[in-house]
Amino acid sequence: MKKYLGSCAVVALMLATTGTAAARDQIQIAGSSTVLPYASIVAEAFGENFEHPTPVVESGGSGAGRKKLCEGVGENTIDIANSSSRIKQSDIDNCKANGVNEIQEVRIGYDGIVFASDINGPAFKFTPADWHAALAAKVVKDGQLVDNPNKNWSDVRSDLPEQPILAFIPGTKHGTREVFDEKVLLAGCEENGTMEALKAANNGDEDAAEEACMDLRTDGVSVDIDGDYTETLSRIDANKNAIGVFGLSFYQNNTDKLQVATMSDVEPSVDTIASGEYPVSRPLYFYVKNAHLDVIPGLQEYVEFFVSDEMAGPDGPLAQYGLVSDPELAKTQEAVKNRTPMGPLN
Amino acid sequence: MTDMAVETTGKATMAGDARTRKRHAAERRFRLMGQLAVAIGVLALLGLLASILSNGLSSFRQTYITLEIYLDPGVLDKQGTRDPADIAKITTFGYAPLIKGSLVKVMQDRGVGGEADADMAVALISKEAPAILRNYVLADPSQIGETVEFNLLASGRIDGYYKGRVSMASAELDRNTSPEQLRFADELKEAGILVTRFNWDFFTAPDASDTRPEAAGLGVAILGSAYMMLIVLVLSLPIGVAASIYLEEFAPRNRFTDLIEVNIANLAAVPSIVFGILGLAVFINIVGLPQSAPVVGGLVLTLMTLPTIIIATRAALKAVPPSIRDAALGVGASRMQSVFHHVLPLAMPGILTGTIIGLAQALGETAPLLLIGMVAFVRDYPAAPPEGFFDPASALPVQVYNWTQRGDPAFVERASGAIIVLLVFLLVMNLVAVILRRRFERRW
Repeated sequence: MKKYLGSCAVVALMLATTGTAAARDQIQIAGSSTVLPYASIVAEAFGENFEHPTPVVESGGSGAGRKKLCEGVGENTIDIANSSSRIKQSDIDNCKANGVNEIQEVRIGYDGIVFASDINGPAFKFTPADWHAALAAKVVKDGQLVDNPNKNWSDVRSDLPEQPILAFIPGTKHGTREVFDEKVLLAGCEENGTMEALKAANNGDEDAAEEACMDLRTDGVSVDIDGDYTETLSRIDANKNAIGVFGLSFYQNNTDKLQVATMSDVEPSVDTIASGEYPVSRPLYFYVKNAHLDVIPGLQEYVEFFVSDEMAGPDGPLAQYGLVSDPELAKTQEAVKNRTPMGPLN
Repeated sequence: MTDMAVETTGKATMAGDARTRKRHAAERRFRLMGQLAVAIGVLALLGLLASILSNGLSSFRQTYITLEIYLDPGVLDKQGTRDPADIAKITTFGYAPLIKGSLVKVMQDRGVGGEADADMAVALISKEAPAILRNYVLADPSQIGETVEFNLLASGRIDGYYKGRVSMASAELDRNTSPEQLRFADELKEAGILVTRFNWDFFTAPDASDTRPEAAGLGVAILGSAYMMLIVLVLSLPIGVAASIYLEEFAPRNRFTDLIEVNIANLAAVPSIVFGILGLAVFINIVGLPQSAPVVGGLVLTLMTLPTIIIATRAALKAVPPSIRDAALGVGASRMQSVFHHVLPLAMPGILTGTIIGLAQALGETAPLLLIGMVAFVRDYPAAPPEGFFDPASALPVQVYNWTQRGDPAFVERASGAIIVLLVFLLVMNLVAVILRRRFERRW
């Protein structure tokens, strides 16, 4: 009997605490694994300098984060979604359907995407056209549209090293892949004239030609990596001929193992990306649920702290870790202070 | 000698006929294959252990720098009021110059680090240091104006240098350190300011962000795992044992109980992520329990562990001979008395073994935690139970998973260290299970 009473008490206690625990006092964040390191740096500094607890930062992907953000309003939904690509109209519709009407879009800076190979291999100087010619399914050879015959980088352009083509590129579930497709493959396709040939082959249909530009060859030369950059790094470690796609901050942490390739003769760095000289970069965002701003303690402070000059400015810890500081940060700070909700997507 | 014997005493008894020789050969082959199988298993295990230990053992040691730091009132308390509210306005960014100043003083006093400038010198020290100073000052504002000795972490690269991960050659190429910095660290080591010693913080400190791998620890993860295991134990043991006793001793044998039996066996084989999906749908979305909380993790893992415990318990109950039950019933005990006074105590070692193995399985599980928000960056310790069950926490396998994804190579060491800790926990649990079985099990 005593035992029975005891277990009853435990159950009752647990039920009782459910009520008190509902008042959440820490910020909940989810989303992009690219933004995660920056968000955790800010969360850590926030916990150290403010009276509020350290926010909890989940990863899981930009899309998953935005979906969670749009699940509804309330303490058992997240407050902020980190995203390495811009929110989509479908997300906004989903938010509206669930009663999440006002969201703020906060651009925290830019992320550079770099191409790097083993430190002891030859140095590479790429152009987007080289990448398209190396990886696309169809290329133009002697005026004809043919299946990609290139085996070595030197087949692509004679002054590239004579090294077999092997590329580890982010898998389609990564936001990085979109940038790679758009800023490298598509740009290269236009640059080396394949676009024109594809357009002709598709009877002038531009969309179909763009799609065909981003078709990759399937003979094992381009390998999709669905894991993270650590996987790409260990694959390069095992296969020294390969070239991998990384985020700038990851490369900066591993400069003793990787050498970076230039793109159109520009070496990727925080400066060249900020100035726009280095072409392959993308903005990083987070999205805040405005309805939570006055409910979750510290949320407004966190958002302001994230975009403050101390954190996201050119000399702040985020820039030191590889985030390219946004030149229009002051505008963002202003918008965040006024809690300006985002307008319709343009 | 045996050859001789074979030849002299005749073939019939010693050498055997062709079929016997064939059978013996088959047995030898089988033994060889068995040994080969064991050898492959042992080799795989040794390879795994060697790689984990060689990567991870170094995480149990850490490099520290002892510095005397002048807590300058001109920086920390400009008004001179010693008002905690004013002092709290100075953020960790304000404390960084104090550390720099102290290091510059060390360089001048001892005449070390001639080629090193102050910026490079301050990069020797973990970025966590300003937070330590700030917490110290906030806890005791009267210390402002004093010179206090602090034990600060060395940065990840310097720590890696003393663990063989970073070399002069790699530092040349590394943008986060430089050979000059490493030489300066060597000078500090000679002066006794920099020491490498056992790293208790690895077990107690919370996770740290990507910029300070040296400060990352398992504290929150161990607490989170412990809370979850507590919930799993408290819920799944009584439920599992009650269900098994009823099914084994009381329930009528019919189609319905057969169906239940098949389903329990089936549940034991369901991939664990399925329980995570269920947990998200039921415990978070319907019941409204908080995300990232050990209570949800515990409940999900309970569901996952229940079939294991029920199957083990039923096997243990079945192993008790019917004569025990018959004897109890024969002297007039009720069925409940016979079960609780005689059968259950005899089955207890088997039940406990099954429970511990179920718990060990739950301890190593990451997939179901992914969906309920426990795979996250959590830095604050959960409160003491029962409130702590509802605070966000991490878990040991989650910490391993998170650390393997970080960019800084120092996290590889941390991840392997966390694996070692997890393996030790599992080893202890399995060992307890074996000991319990050996000591208390009765054979009939």
